[in-house]
Amino acid sequence: MLQRVVQSGWLTLILCVIYCVVMAPLANGFATLENAGNVLFAMLPLLIVASGQTLVLIVAGIDLSVTSIIALTSVLGAAVMTSDGGPLSGSPLGAPMAVAVMLLMGSAIGLANGFCVAWLRMPPFIVTLTSMMFLSGSAVWWTQSKSIYNLPAEFLMLGKNVWVATAITIAVILTIHFVLTQTLFGLRLRAVGHNAETARVSGVHVRGIVIIAYVLCGASAAMASVLITSQLETGSPVQWQNNLLDVIGATVIGGTSLYGGRGSVVWTSSGVLLLALIDNSLNLLNLSHFTIMMAKGSVILLAALLDTLRHRVAGRGG
Amino acid sequence: MAGTLLKLDNIGKSFFGVQVLIGVSLQLEAGITLGLVGENGAGKSTLMNILGGNLTADSGRMFIYDQLYLPNGPRDSETAGIAFIHQELNLFPNLSIAENLFLTRFPSSMGLIHRRDMFARSRQLLEQVGLELSPKWRLGSLSAGERQLVEIAKALSLDAKLIILDEPTTSLTSRESDKLFALLDSLKTRGISMIYISHALRDVRRVCDEVAVLRDGSLIGHGPIGEFSESRLVSMMVGRELDSQFPKRTPSICEESRLEAKHLSLRGTIYDVTFDLRAGEVLGIAGLMGSGRTELARILFGLDPVQSGSLKLSGHDITALPTRHRIARGMAMLTESRREDGLCMLASIDENLGLVAAPKFATKRLGIVRNKALSAAIQSVREAVQITSSAPGKQSVQTLSGGNQQKVVLAKWLLNSPKVLILDEPTRGIDVGAKFEVYRLIAELSKSGAAILVISSEIEELIGICDRILVMNQGEIRDELTCAEFDRERILRSALRAETVQGSVS
Repeated sequence: MLQRVVQSGWLTLILCVIYCVVMAPLANGFATLENAGNVLFAMLPLLIVASGQTLVLIVAGIDLSVTSIIALTSVLGAAVMTSDGGPLSGSPLGAPMAVAVMLLMGSAIGLANGFCVAWLRMPPFIVTLTSMMFLSGSAVWWTQSKSIYNLPAEFLMLGKNVWVATAITIAVILTIHFVLTQTLFGLRLRAVGHNAETARVSGVHVRGIVIIAYVLCGASAAMASVLITSQLETGSPVQWQNNLLDVIGATVIGGTSLYGGRGSVVWTSSGVLLLALIDNSLNLLNLSHFTIMMAKGSVILLAALLDTLRHRVAGRGG
Repeated sequence: MAGTLLKLDNIGKSFFGVQVLIGVSLQLEAGITLGLVGENGAGKSTLMNILGGNLTADSGRMFIYDQLYLPNGPRDSETAGIAFIHQELNLFPNLSIAENLFLTRFPSSMGLIHRRDMFARSRQLLEQVGLELSPKWRLGSLSAGERQLVEIAKALSLDAKLIILDEPTTSLTSRESDKLFALLDSLKTRGISMIYISHALRDVRRVCDEVAVLRDGSLIGHGPIGEFSESRLVSMMVGRELDSQFPKRTPSICEESRLEAKHLSLRGTIYDVTFDLRAGEVLGIAGLMGSGRTELARILFGLDPVQSGSLKLSGHDITALPTRHRIARGMAMLTESRREDGLCMLASIDENLGLVAAPKFATKRLGIVRNKALSAAIQSVREAVQITSSAPGKQSVQTLSGGNQQKVVLAKWLLNSPKVLILDEPTRGIDVGAKFEVYRLIAELSKSGAAILVISSEIEELIGICDRILVMNQGEIRDELTCAEFDRERILRSALRAETVQGSVS
């Protein structure tokens, strides 16, 4: 029984419920409707990035460049539409063009990452680590380390209006979920993650699959950047630079395997929820930022340990 | 010091109820080189693994210079003065020659390695085996032949009294082989004994003083090499009757050509391979490991490129098509190693089964899979091949037996209704019952019009299930036998013969 629970994808959701029950009497103001709304609203961007990351983890890769994609697309989009001298300032096309530019940029970076991993056969870790350095460096260099303000109202609505932001997030998650469970691409993505050589012999265009995974991951990071930039009303070159571990962590906590082949955005969503609950409740307990980091770090480590154990059990045939 | 170096007394061993060694008794005098020959599966490697302490015998005793020898692991055999030189060398390409030689016992004090001492001793050892190389070189930069010599130098450094060589010449050029033989001769004069395992009977006759023949786990001949001609060795190795381990089949060959290979060549692997595979035919390819049979299969399936020649599938030229397009046109291949490239071991049975045929159940443009139809098809093929599992479909293939795993690979291809099916060692590592199932599936498929190419190390298996057999040797097709001509000795002879073809021998 215990093994069934540990192996199942619902483990994290069960943990979320247990956590809420335990925390409710301890943290003042935790179990209120208003706070629940806060938690859910705060986790929207993370849901989008982590869903994209899930695709890459399933194909046995990793994308460390997502937070720098968020930063770079944030300043890029803001520069397009800001009324402080943006080329499309005041134009009704400003916001849609900015979003388009951001998504294109995110996809292009994903394409470059995917190319290096699939065609040049470089390790995903080093590819995306270096592109993270390069991209965050270039965001700061390009803006001279200045944030960009005065964004048009239509754009601000995307992230600040609860309903619009929620709708965008749900649309992204459902799309990725559909792709993973109902399409050839999803089926092949898992096969490549399990064993790329078997997939190749079985007629899968392995390199194509890997590249698409990275492109979708880059695009979803850019989509998250739209929400974040809009919520903060700022295009910042250091946007989200401390949140990388949340992205990878939430995905792994959800149960997506670092070894590839296993994963789902439903699981990832529960991972995001658990992290958001921890963040919120410890904040309410007035713990310092650093204590919260320690707590989250421990949870992510435990999740990675669990992933390794699951992998070993499966590998042993138990 | 003369005397009986090694004495094996009535060694027996069985795996899961299958007797693989039956009462093997053997004596080896010091300074003698013994050739050990036998077909694949005759028990050669099991016997050597028992000698090396990797396996424990179920019965019988071993003596070294009349002292009971009871190895508990490779360390014990090392202490007893036995050194192994394996087919896959046990060396580390990323370390230097010297480090490889002294890996288990660096000359050191207080945890610090005396590098100068190590290099000096390495140089001496390399001189003994006739290698003029700096011991500081990385092992990875050496040729296969040089690595073999390093391995022998390592054996010398351990003061080995008995060196066991397992197929030492398979990856060597003929010049390297000659050099190796000269070295073996000089070791012999130093009183070192050797056991030389090889399929290359010519080399055995060149190197060995005595020869021992194993068949089906029994020692059926042992004596001075002069008493055994090559052809006598071959008949001793195979001399066994066919039993009813193969399903009855009626030939169902059609005129229609399915796969037409013309002059396929790839430097270093296959040369000028031409054959024709017809609908309903089961064509076997016999040959030793390294004869180019697996390489040919990979080329036919588009996994490796081809340098020249052409390949047609049902009349269409597919020479330049990638694997996935060949699959779409009805080709299928069961690879030699199911764990490495046949299955996703940690994925479920159903995930594995659906991988190849899924496009047939998906919309053309967006690739949306009709999951219900796909799972229905998966279920029917799962039942057709009778995969035994505790949780049908959901269980990970890792937890299945070898036979059931092989059925999963086969079923995954069957779901795609292949027109041409290539099977590389389809019954490797599976039990007798599952073997029969595989044979039955092959027979049924060919009856339904599929063209099947079977590669196997077991000649009997090919004789039992094929309509025609090609024999490969050194990348070429050396012989072709129709059903009426099937003859184990002739096949083995063509597969073993080192020189070029001089007409068929029967």
